[in-house]
Amino acid sequence: MQGSTVNPSQEELQYAETATTEQEHEDHRMFGVVLFLVAESMIFFGLFSAYLIYYFVMPEWPPEGTPELELLLPGVNSLILISSSFVMHRGQTAIKNDDVSGLRFWFTLTAIMGAIFLGGQVYEYSTLEFGLTTNLFASCFYVLTGFHGMHVTLGLFLILFVLLRSRRDNHYSSESHFGVEASELYWHFVDVVWIILFGLVYLL
Amino acid sequence: MTTANKITIIVLAILIAIISLWYGQNHGLLPAAVAPEAEAIDGLFDFMMIIATGLFLLIQGLLIYTAIRFRRKPSDDTDGPPIEGNVALEIVWTGIPTVIVLILSIYSFEVYSTIGGLNPKAAKDEGPQPVAEETQSEQGLMASASDYLALGLGESPANQAKNLTPLSIDVNAIQYAFLFTYPDTGVVASELHVPVGQPIQLNISAGDVIHAFWVPQLRLKQDAIPGREAQLSFTPEKPGTYPIICAELCGPYHGAMKTNLIIESQQDYEAWLQQQQVAQSESLDNAVALENSNSLLTPYANQLGVNQQLLDELKAYSQ
Amino acid sequence: MTTPVSTSQTEPQRNWKDYFTFNTDHKVIGIQYLVTSFIFYLIGGALAAAIRTELATPESDFVDPEVYNQLFTVHGTVMIFLWIVPAGAGLANYLIPLMIGAKDMAFPRLNAVAFWLIPVGGLLLMASFFIEAPQAGWTSYPPLSLTMGQVGEEIWILSVLILGTSSILGAINFLATIIKMRIPEMGWFDMPLFCWSMVATAIMVLLSTPVLAAALIMLSFDLLVGTSFFDPNGGGDPVVYQHMFWFYSHPAVYIMILPFFGVISDILPVHARKPIFGYRAIALSSLAISFLSLIVWAHHMFTTGTPAWLRIFFMATTMAVAIPTGIKVFGWCATIWGGKLRLNSAMLFGIGFVSSFVIGGLSGVMLASTPFDLHAHDTYFVVGHFHYVLFGGSVLGLFGAIYHWFPKMTGRYMNEFWGKVHFWLTLIGLNITFLPMHELGLEGMNRRIAIYDAEFQPLNVVATLGSYLLAVSTFPFMINVVWAIFKGQPASGNPWKALTLEWQTSSPPLIENFEEEPVLWCGPYDYGIDVPPEDQQSVQELLSEVKTDMGR
Ligand code: HEA
Ligand code: HEA
Ligand code: CUA
Ligand SMILES: [Cu+2]
Repeated sequence: MQGSTVNPSQEELQYAETATTEQEHEDHRMFGVVLFLVAESMIFFGLFSAYLIYYFVMPEWPPEGTPELELLLPGVNSLILISSSFVMHRGQTAIKNDDVSGLRFWFTLTAIMGAIFLGGQVYEYSTLEFGLTTNLFASCFYVLTGFHGMHVTLGLFLILFVLLRSRRDNHYSSESHFGVEASELYWHFVDVVWIILFGLVYLL
Repeated sequence: MTTANKITIIVLAILIAIISLWYGQNHGLLPAAVAPEAEAIDGLFDFMMIIATGLFLLIQGLLIYTAIRFRRKPSDDTDGPPIEGNVALEIVWTGIPTVIVLILSIYSFEVYSTIGGLNPKAAKDEGPQPVAEETQSEQGLMASASDYLALGLGESPANQAKNLTPLSIDVNAIQYAFLFTYPDTGVVASELHVPVGQPIQLNISAGDVIHAFWVPQLRLKQDAIPGREAQLSFTPEKPGTYPIICAELCGPYHGAMKTNLIIESQQDYEAWLQQQQVAQSESLDNAVALENSNSLLTPYANQLGVNQQLLDELKAYSQ
Repeated sequence: MTTPVSTSQTEPQRNWKDYFTFNTDHKVIGIQYLVTSFIFYLIGGALAAAIRTELATPESDFVDPEVYNQLFTVHGTVMIFLWIVPAGAGLANYLIPLMIGAKDMAFPRLNAVAFWLIPVGGLLLMASFFIEAPQAGWTSYPPLSLTMGQVGEEIWILSVLILGTSSILGAINFLATIIKMRIPEMGWFDMPLFCWSMVATAIMVLLSTPVLAAALIMLSFDLLVGTSFFDPNGGGDPVVYQHMFWFYSHPAVYIMILPFFGVISDILPVHARKPIFGYRAIALSSLAISFLSLIVWAHHMFTTGTPAWLRIFFMATTMAVAIPTGIKVFGWCATIWGGKLRLNSAMLFGIGFVSSFVIGGLSGVMLASTPFDLHAHDTYFVVGHFHYVLFGGSVLGLFGAIYHWFPKMTGRYMNEFWGKVHFWLTLIGLNITFLPMHELGLEGMNRRIAIYDAEFQPLNVVATLGSYLLAVSTFPFMINVVWAIFKGQPASGNPWKALTLEWQTSSPPLIENFEEEPVLWCGPYDYGIDVPPEDQQSVQELLSEVKTDMGR
């Protein structure tokens, strides 16, 4: 915003306007995040559709000789991830009441839960009997969960970033907390994708 | 609207109709049609040409007429009439294309069914299969029929009604050649010979990348997909030699991947078959010696024995 | 506001150096897009000229068959991802904020990032010519694409991923800007039709491009790591790639035409001095096209591994696209009918667009008919079809847009005489080049071949000569642009007496577009309806009246 076209007689008008656009700007960013997530979800839609086509077209699925997937650990892991969404939401509720330390507490907890999920994922990878190129199912498994894992990692970084920012005085308030909202929406998105993924890969 | 205007419009409409009807049937854009399937498709194309010519003349005529008739006079700086729309007119030009498109869809559906596109039996798909025996790793897929997918064209309803048994020929497309196997006699050839009047069923597959089997005079095309088998059925009617063209990009020599379809009388066909059988039993020894010389071609060495020159060419290409 | 607002000394001027920096002004970015993509057009065109030169003779004598495959692969990729798509985005960048009365796009920095991805992706693709060029066609079907050279293929994948990211970021910006930043008085149905077409385009980009990204990621795994999603050797299925590819690439063809549908809907009324005929129908048909475009992709796969029911379903949906498109075409014809046509270069390109696009559209509907497509698929009939819609449609529309908005962008007129020369050379060249291709295809010439049957030579020679004419036709245009920037006759704020908002500011517009928030004092196409535009005074009065009404 280079406010350089202002001509003296309109100074006042211009001033009022910049104030409102600033306010509007906030809204746009959230809208932009939503649009971005639409695009993101279409990537997953593409990967999931490919998986479903294989599921329906292949004579046998998973292909013969694929070891059964362990359900317990990923199940627990999923529960942790899903509950982290609720935990995170408390963080937003806190900031809406101008409670920055509450925000910090809940977001830290979310970050820990996210990290546990990722750790669990890595542990699962290390114990699996198949590798990335073992067969089509294995490739799908690693690419889907890996791509999702990347998103969880990114979400984790967003949360850490918000935590870092929250140390600045008055950075987040009940009025202005775009970062909090955006990272939370992103985290919910990653969660929902995981639920679908889990259903497809582990349960179907 | 004045009567004179009405008359002009009617005359013009009739003129466009006549020209379209004539041109649609005399465009001369297609090569000879040598099978009933080709004729059915030509009928459809002619019909589409009639519609397209009509719409073409209408729209280009409108544009040219408007551009000449409604140019601005040099001195005139005013605006045109403020007409924002006309619901009746808009309904007409939404409705007419809708009707045309419906007719076209139904007609196409009809033709597609006439040439055997909807035959579920012949057109069953086994799902993706491993490409060649030796590339089959442990994870390779085992064959098990899931026949709700249909690929290509099956026996046409007309032939089914006549209860003719089609002559089945296997087509294997590899970089950059077609191989035709006659399962009844075990003959393997690099050209496709078929007897006139005999319904043919091709079982098309590919050995390396995707190719496509296309005979312009049959108006038929089907991709050859590695790991899949597709069908193509037709009834050759006019004797002659026609090109078989690979229509899917398959590498640098895609343009050279061509051979011939030879439609001949029953006697000629049988004579040719006989000759092939003799020739192949002689050259089999030669062919086996070639094994291991080229991993890509090993699985086909036996079959390729028929045509030493082709084999050499293929080797040259694949290096 | 039709008086030219003189750029007074107090305002900062646009410096030419700004165009080479990470500038966030949407007008700078728009010009950057347009110039960059035009350079790629010249490169893509030079490749086309090489293709046509090779095809002048049946033998493969000008280049090796391998090089030939690289030529059309890069030609197709450049023309689509580096010429038409970014050029459309460039126009949208320049015009959308002006048309809706905003100061800039919703996310100016994101906007600049989206632009700067284009040269990165483009240079990467160009670099492939010096390393190892991709040669599996712009469709890059596996398993062929997995066997034709790892490096070249991966470069192609990366550059398409980068360019795809750029268009997704652009789409986010366009949607947010149009939806959120219109001046308050402007309702959905007061928007210029170009904005409508960009809404439809952006929706398609957002929904389809990511699926291509997914396909390319999987293809990369196959190529580099040795998985076998699309490789039948390891139990994969190449047809899945085709579905994913066309799920993007069919909408992509409408991504390439819809912005220009919008352009035409904006050019024709101005120069015909008549309202657009059936505003709502034209606006909504854009949305209809964008919806339909998501469910027609398999018409590119009629001869592949698709079952019968799928072929029939996609045939019907594909044909249905003719209905909303017809609404537009007939609406345009009715718009110019009975008007007072100013046949300047912009208008000529506008009319030329309708004329050539219809030819391509009609052959498209023929291709949609499954039985006929069995014959025509992968032949020059298809090549003819898509060059009529892409060159005759998108490219003519783009040239029309440049002639129309050039005075706005630079404050100077282009030369009309050379504009007309450019138009006629282009129109004639395009028909000579691409019309014979239909007959070639029907007679039996398949596409993507360097070696063809001698019987096809005469028509190929005609097409080759036509393409040389097209090459010649770009020179009057380039000279005209350069000449007009420096020496063109100065243009006022509203040289065409048009009604949309971008004409309510100076030419070129101020850095933040409008001196004060513009006022909607009539609909975008209300020609011949309100005050005769004889004196500027009345407009000024009207403006101040409206302003007092609004309590300012
Ligand atoms: C700008 C790009 C663009 C546009 C707008 C279109 C528009 C259309 N295209 Fe095209 N098409 C391409 C670009 C485009 N196409 C490309 C690049 C390819 C090849 C890709 C490749 O393989 O490399 C292709 C290939 C292609 C195929 C696959 C051919 C094959 O490979 O076998 C098909 C098949 O259905 C098709 C159909 C259509 C149809 C029905 C339309 C319709 O949208 C057209 C609608 C318009 C009209 C119909 C005209 C105006 C309407 C009227 C005047 C109303 C009355 C008309 C009737 C009732 C008929 N196109
Ligand atoms: C917007 C898209 C677009 C545009 C504008 C064009 C424009 C042209 N195309 Fe293109 N074409 C495609 C998109 C496009 N094409 C696509 C998608 C394919 C499919 C690729 C594939 O199969 O994978 C294709 C394929 C294709 C083929 C088929 C190749 C084959 O299948 O074997 C041919 C053959 O004639 C061709 C020709 C032309 C010609 C003559 C032009 C002309 O209109 C070009 C005119 C312009 C010029 C000639 C430039 C002039 C300028 C100069 C010469 C200046 C000198 C240069 C410098 C200073 C650097 N194109
Ligand atoms: Cu085989 Cu092209
Ligand atoms: Cu399409």
